[in-house]
Amino acid sequence: METDQYVIKQISIFSENRPGRLAAIAQAMEEEKVNIFAFSIAEADQFGVVRALVNHTEKAHKKLTSMGFIVSFTDVIAVRMRDEPGGLYAIAKVLGEAQINIDYAYAYSGRDAAVLILRVNNVKDAITTLLEHGVTLIENSFFR
Amino acid sequence: MFWNKKMETLQGDKLAVLQHKRLTWTLHQIDKVPFYHQRLKEAGISAGDIRSLEDVEKLPFTNKKDLQGGYPFGFLAVPLNQVVRIHTTSGTTGKPTVVGYTRQDLDNWSELIARNLTMVGLAEGDVFQNMVNYGLFTGGLGFHYGAEKIGLTVIPSATGNTKRQIEMIRDFGVTAIHCTPSYALHIAEVTEEMGVDLPSLKVGMFGAEAWSESMRSELQRRLKVNAFDSYGLSEMYGPGVAFECPEKEGLHIWHDCLLTEIIDPKSGERVAEGERGELVITPLVKEAMPLIRYRTGDITRLIEDGCPCGRGQKIGRITGRSDDMLVIRGINVFPSQIEHVLRSLPEVGDQFMVIIDRINYLDEMTIEVEMNREYFSGELRDLAKVQHKISSALRDVLGLRTTIKLVEPGSLPRFEGKAKRVIDRRGQLW
Repeated sequence: METDQYVIKQISIFSENRPGRLAAIAQAMEEEKVNIFAFSIAEADQFGVVRALVNHTEKAHKKLTSMGFIVSFTDVIAVRMRDEPGGLYAIAKVLGEAQINIDYAYAYSGRDAAVLILRVNNVKDAITTLLEHGVTLIENSFFR
Repeated sequence: MFWNKKMETLQGDKLAVLQHKRLTWTLHQIDKVPFYHQRLKEAGISAGDIRSLEDVEKLPFTNKKDLQGGYPFGFLAVPLNQVVRIHTTSGTTGKPTVVGYTRQDLDNWSELIARNLTMVGLAEGDVFQNMVNYGLFTGGLGFHYGAEKIGLTVIPSATGNTKRQIEMIRDFGVTAIHCTPSYALHIAEVTEEMGVDLPSLKVGMFGAEAWSESMRSELQRRLKVNAFDSYGLSEMYGPGVAFECPEKEGLHIWHDCLLTEIIDPKSGERVAEGERGELVITPLVKEAMPLIRYRTGDITRLIEDGCPCGRGQKIGRITGRSDDMLVIRGINVFPSQIEHVLRSLPEVGDQFMVIIDRINYLDEMTIEVEMNREYFSGELRDLAKVQHKISSALRDVLGLRTTIKLVEPGSLPRFEGKAKRVIDRRGQLW
């Protein structure tokens, strides 16, 4: 099964844990007219990683790197989720039964459905399994 | 290549005879300084008691505090009208130390620089950019006149405006540079940012601060130079006291002009041959400011004779000044050791900063480390691994637990002169 089109590039940004860093990132995205669909912040004691799903990945990467940020791409998948009780369960159950681990996840509520963004230990298997169970995945062309 | 082959290779009895003759002259010269006249009288020693070079041990030491006490001209052995130049040290630890030079002193100093530059292969036809402070700091004018003496094309660029420095290296076809190792690293960093290279460069001479072998590999790789260590101190003219030859493995110190001893800094006794201790120098040809047994505060050792280049006995690279040594929870730490560990880890970027606090009566060392952007996977747990790797490597070498704080590249200060990488916030103990 062809899975490549479902692999989405999340941008991960190393950030010191101090005031103003997120504002600097967000301002840069505004200047570049890059829309942020969803983001999350993971935090250790002295620093953090800002993860974001944006509509112009390369442009965002280039801008942030030129500002001195350390940025890398991480492969994630975006799952369309029913925005009602049981929506998350339907997806998590499928992955759990297939022994696929979710490293982290975050979500946003789009115009017609909620979207769950997943970082898993095995991207290819996760895509195949979810598709086999009739779950809708969002193609990466949507985020370009 | 030699500048003054006879003096550079003088060894054995011939050297000893010359040193003794010059020591005797120096003892007459210091007698003109009231401080020394008094001190030798108190010690019950006169010039006639020093019959051999070994007898130098009978002489009292001179230390930095003595010199500061003589501020401004208390250590001059000649009238001020014979002093043609004055340099002073930075004076970060109290009053500045004033150093005077006669015309002959300046000639001798240029001679030593000329030997060093020739030793690393520089000659007429080379273009030399001197990227250190040209004011009271001895590194600027000291190298400048020595370089002119051997006929290099000298660019007195001093510090600052790093992009312009890089443009000059490229536009003028600079073949050799002199600066602090920290500034050299900054030059490398900015050169990479500008997306250019420095194809004409072949020799880098770095001094004024202790730097490690891992720093050497890094500078050689990024600037594509052969990197040489330069050692000096204002009290002995300035730079030029000792310098690496192409064999490296230590620095040649100029024995015809400087009598060296290595002592135990605590007892003041000489250490056994080859052991590490504090470098003590008696300059042998200084006119304006002769000194005896000057305690440099620098830790080194004498290396076994027999460098293939034919010059005299070398001293080991300086690992740190005894003033720079930190005592953390009772353990001695030199910032250069920290640097050596950090530069050997590829995950570490260009700069670091050491911060020491006392929390609940315990010394706590935090090291802020810039990340190398190549090593960011995007995952938090990989960052934690890097943090752990750095602190384990430091614990292995220092025997100390440290807190590692990873910071963004470019966020820590860059230095043009001597780097100040340690912030000690412990205050006074009492």
